[in-house]
Amino acid sequence: MERSLMKGNEALAEAAIRAGCAHYFGYPITPQNEITAYMSKRLPKVGGVFIQAESEIGAINMVYGCAATGTRCMTSSSSPGISLKTEGISYLAGADLPCVIVNVQRGGPGLGSIQPSQADYWQATRALGHGDLRIPVFAPSTVQEMADMTGKAFDLADEYRTPVMILADGLLGQMMEPVSFPEEKAPAARGEKAWAANGHGNARPKNIVNSLYLQPEKLEQNIKERFVRYGEIEKKYADAVSDNADGADIIVAAYGSTARIARSAADMARAAGIKTGTFRPLTLYPFPEKALREACASAKKVLVTEMSMGQMVDDVKLALECKLPVEFFGRTGGFVPAPSEIFEKIKSMTEV
Amino acid sequence: MPKFTRPRALADTETHYCPGCTHGIIHRVIAEVIDEMGAQGETVGICPVGCSVLAYDYFNCDMIEASHGRSPAVATGVKRARPDRLVFTYQGDGDLAAIGIAEIIHAAARGENITAIFVNNTTYGMTGGQMAPTTLPGQVTQTSPYGRNTATDGFPLRICEIMAQIDGVALAERVAVIDPKSVSTAKKAVRKGFEFQKNKQGFSIIEVLSTCPTNWGLTPLKSIERLKNDMLPYYPTGVYREGAAR
Repeated sequence: MERSLMKGNEALAEAAIRAGCAHYFGYPITPQNEITAYMSKRLPKVGGVFIQAESEIGAINMVYGCAATGTRCMTSSSSPGISLKTEGISYLAGADLPCVIVNVQRGGPGLGSIQPSQADYWQATRALGHGDLRIPVFAPSTVQEMADMTGKAFDLADEYRTPVMILADGLLGQMMEPVSFPEEKAPAARGEKAWAANGHGNARPKNIVNSLYLQPEKLEQNIKERFVRYGEIEKKYADAVSDNADGADIIVAAYGSTARIARSAADMARAAGIKTGTFRPLTLYPFPEKALREACASAKKVLVTEMSMGQMVDDVKLALECKLPVEFFGRTGGFVPAPSEIFEKIKSMTEV
Repeated sequence: MPKFTRPRALADTETHYCPGCTHGIIHRVIAEVIDEMGAQGETVGICPVGCSVLAYDYFNCDMIEASHGRSPAVATGVKRARPDRLVFTYQGDGDLAAIGIAEIIHAAARGENITAIFVNNTTYGMTGGQMAPTTLPGQVTQTSPYGRNTATDGFPLRICEIMAQIDGVALAERVAVIDPKSVSTAKKAVRKGFEFQKNKQGFSIIEVLSTCPTNWGLTPLKSIERLKNDMLPYYPTGVYREGAAR
């Protein structure tokens, strides 16, 4: 298969087009501008639609309208912009509309920085808008995964009628690596979704896309039905990879670009005689709890490392049900942890 | 003599609108135009937060409920996915002129081939009659209990006059629905807007001066009088811009 050298942001954009996404709505923000630029260049050439919206709020609502017609579409942004989109994401979830939303994380809170960060984990897994909702979240760790997970995200979105997030970071967005793409799919057939509000053509009863249910019975029923689907997503999509976990005394858990650094640190630890394995979730919601417990079968301690003050560490603790001591090491503010820093932390955990 | 019947594009259902409110007339005007254009099957309506929030039950075409102020962006997404469809938004003054001012201005600036029906009754009806961007100076509302004071509350926005400055706009017209003649003019304006859209000639907005007897604390007839006496001088009806944007 042909391989190209591409930035993570560009690989993600190309993968979306190949997944049949011909409609993109965005707004400039660093460090995800390559996605917007790529879409503006490519989509008009393939008969698609690119709009630079008036704001992130405008962009997510264009996604809402486009998705309501049953058309594959996406938007992308970075942390402060995702905060603006959360209103729209809540409505998308409430109206059961499939779409893909990309967050190439940067430092926060507030304007924060434009350097890489993983400080939006809580937002991505807990708080992408008001109300009882979950959003499936993929966590790529390589440029290849930026491409592969994008295709998967569109399929999951359509299968379960839900918005899906790709949670990347500035490092993954900007770095270049070789990437290969699957065969191009034709843009998803328009208007074939039975629920779509795209003009009934006097051929079927009218469709309504809506998230308002004034009667408590109806809203509760609607939410419960959606949570059944979340349950199915949890069973089917929770995914992780672990390395050298068999017989390990320490498991280092990390996602995204930090997982690559964690692996280097684990290599250093094993070279120093510390039995160290790694665990990397590929999905953050659903969090791969069972896979984590399996990876930690022999572990005495778990280290979680993130580019934040510690957010995924909560899910690790919940999954392990306090049966193992869980420690944390992180850098924040735009710092990327060095392998040696994580190695020092691993070493310190072996000292009694 | 043609028989007076319900337009096919209007659902046979009770509405939640208060007695004497002019939303019913405006709904009917839109539905009649859809019928006359034979467009029921190709129309997608978008109704955001406000008194129109339940309008998805009132029109017999595909409908989308949108968040507060965002329906011009939602309509953009619909129209760009399905350029062959007739797409309209139905927005109140709080929705369009306050929280949604960015979305409406930029949909107009892009010359989106959509039509905004803008219902201006100088108050937030659904939430109980608060001050709107279109509330007149001196007007008493729940949040301007001493009357809108321009020193602290600022001045009303004249939306059609603003829209008339935007090159993407094919039609910006203000109408009222206070007597048979004005209703007829309103219907012609909606038809013009839909035709501009159909011909891909740009954005159209029809501002409809409307009453809110409940929150104004007036009878329906006195509400019409207030509209004539107080609103018309501040918001003159007429065409503010007309002609293909492209």
